[in-house]
Amino acid sequence: MIQFINFYLIPALALGSIYALGAVGISMIFGILRFSHFAHGDVMTLGAYGTLSAVWAFGWHPLAALPFGIALAVAAALVADRAFYRPLRKLPTIYAVIASFGVALMIRSLVQLFWGPQNQVFKSGVRAPLVLFDTFRVSSLHLQAIGITLALALALHWFLSRTRTGRSMRAVSDDPDLASIAGLEPERVIRATWIIGATLAATAGVLAGMDTQVHANMGWNLLLAMFASALLGGIGKPMGAVAGGFLIGLIEELSTYPWIGSEPLVSPSYKSALAFGIMVLILLLRPQGLMRGRLL
Amino acid sequence: MDLYGLTQYLVSFLIAGGIYALLCLALNVQWGYGGLFNAGVAGFFAVGAYTSAILTAAPATGHVGGFALPIPLGLLAAALVAGATGWAVARICVRLKSDYLAIASIGIAEILRLSIINEQWLTNGSLGIANIPRPLEAWITGEASSWVFVVVVWSVVGASWWFCNRLYDSPWGRALRAIRDNEEAAHAVGKDVNALRLQTYVIGCALMGVAGALSAHHFKFLSPAASDPTLVTFLVWVMLVAGGSGNNRGAVTGALVVWGIWSLTEILTSRLPPDWTARSSYLRMFLVGLLLQFVLQRYRRGLVPERSPPLRFAELPAGLDAINETSRIHNKPRSP
Repeated sequence: MIQFINFYLIPALALGSIYALGAVGISMIFGILRFSHFAHGDVMTLGAYGTLSAVWAFGWHPLAALPFGIALAVAAALVADRAFYRPLRKLPTIYAVIASFGVALMIRSLVQLFWGPQNQVFKSGVRAPLVLFDTFRVSSLHLQAIGITLALALALHWFLSRTRTGRSMRAVSDDPDLASIAGLEPERVIRATWIIGATLAATAGVLAGMDTQVHANMGWNLLLAMFASALLGGIGKPMGAVAGGFLIGLIEELSTYPWIGSEPLVSPSYKSALAFGIMVLILLLRPQGLMRGRLL
Repeated sequence: MDLYGLTQYLVSFLIAGGIYALLCLALNVQWGYGGLFNAGVAGFFAVGAYTSAILTAAPATGHVGGFALPIPLGLLAAALVAGATGWAVARICVRLKSDYLAIASIGIAEILRLSIINEQWLTNGSLGIANIPRPLEAWITGEASSWVFVVVVWSVVGASWWFCNRLYDSPWGRALRAIRDNEEAAHAVGKDVNALRLQTYVIGCALMGVAGALSAHHFKFLSPAASDPTLVTFLVWVMLVAGGSGNNRGAVTGALVVWGIWSLTEILTSRLPPDWTARSSYLRMFLVGLLLQFVLQRYRRGLVPERSPPLRFAELPAGLDAINETSRIHNKPRSP
């Protein structure tokens, strides 16, 4: 049982928190701009690399250098929106999807151009696990990731329900026509969406990079699971996306636990196939997701 | 560059260009005819490549394969297996809305990639499959064998071109374009939307499989790196969008033009110092992404835009008046 918590449950929640942070952005962009943002994983990668550069330059702790990564990711998202997504806004959304596919590749090639294709680490060496009550041996990184995600989710909830910008974002997500009749500026709302989405994505990128390593495909490889989380939670429901992220993380990690016999139930190499399976099931059986999100 | 180098370059350009042209035709059937977004081209490409490689390669230890079957059988099997994979996917996913289908196709490509890396008994994992034959290798060797392969690739492209054009002009193709342009209307006049979509998806995947098989025979060696999504999926999308989706001439033009730009810039950058050569490939990738954005915003219809096939009235006497008369009758507003 202790083993289960140490080696499966806590890592699962840490992985889930990374998915959750990424999925919130995808879900909000889906809800407000109505297209699936394929470049979200690469925005995440860019955030991680931006932070990495600040760590190299100043020798700070990655979390202290995080604002640099966030700034880079937000700038990239806003530039991409202004240059590539906005001109296509009146067209069927599939064109924006194709454009985002292109943006994903552009960001990735820039990352490889400036930082090189090799893997990087924030900090090398083995870190001793934290021992709690003499029984739980957990990585402090995992606890950090879970804590940061929960705090950000609470802050986001407060922002969306208490501030003017947050409430207009929810209004545009629920009914864009009604929102524009009521005098809300859609472009302002869209800008806020990108800023929040990119901020959370950059944070997720740094957390993922601290846990393992930073490389150019890290975000792209997480994309599928983040989409699955967003759909599971319900499109346009940020809190649903957080829940969806934790759920997908739990399912992926816990499926490798030897529930039956001594072999892992699902081979760890096929973990990401599970996220895909869940996503297809959700789309077929309950397309609005757990939280009654919007239907495309 | 001397003449020898130039012909060598021409041969490899024609082979790769032909394989890309085939991929573009395949994607055009799915996206151009049917409006189905497939971001998993690399997955079906890999399925075809491995099918043909396993069936035709010389016997090897460590993995299934080495049946040393004739190459045409390998190509046929590649089409069948890739088509069957596409069928399994489409059975579930084809009824999803466009964005969801796009995400699902990425997931499928990812699962196919994982299985190719992990199922070592079948694919020899990352070590890859060697000794894949080229057509007529026993009789024609050396330089000439590449020319033979150029002919093989382009005859496959020609056959697929003919096949795709027939599809486009057929009632089936018309129904498909009707669905692409207005799903509800097509459904209302009794077209089976899901069945038609499933069929296009399968046909497109089968052609992608053939393209994969050809590339395996071209390189004579196959490893998971051969189906790199950025080089296969992404480049093919740029080619199709730039060439003009919805028509086959556009698809092939786009493939050759974009592949021409891609390989010409490769020649130019290969003269830079080694460190810069590696980096410039990323810069080229970035510029291809920029090209896609430019085409999407300015030339959405592509280099060779799609044109509806002309109306044909075979039974009527030739002459402008007769045609005008018929189209007037056809276009007369009808009461419901």
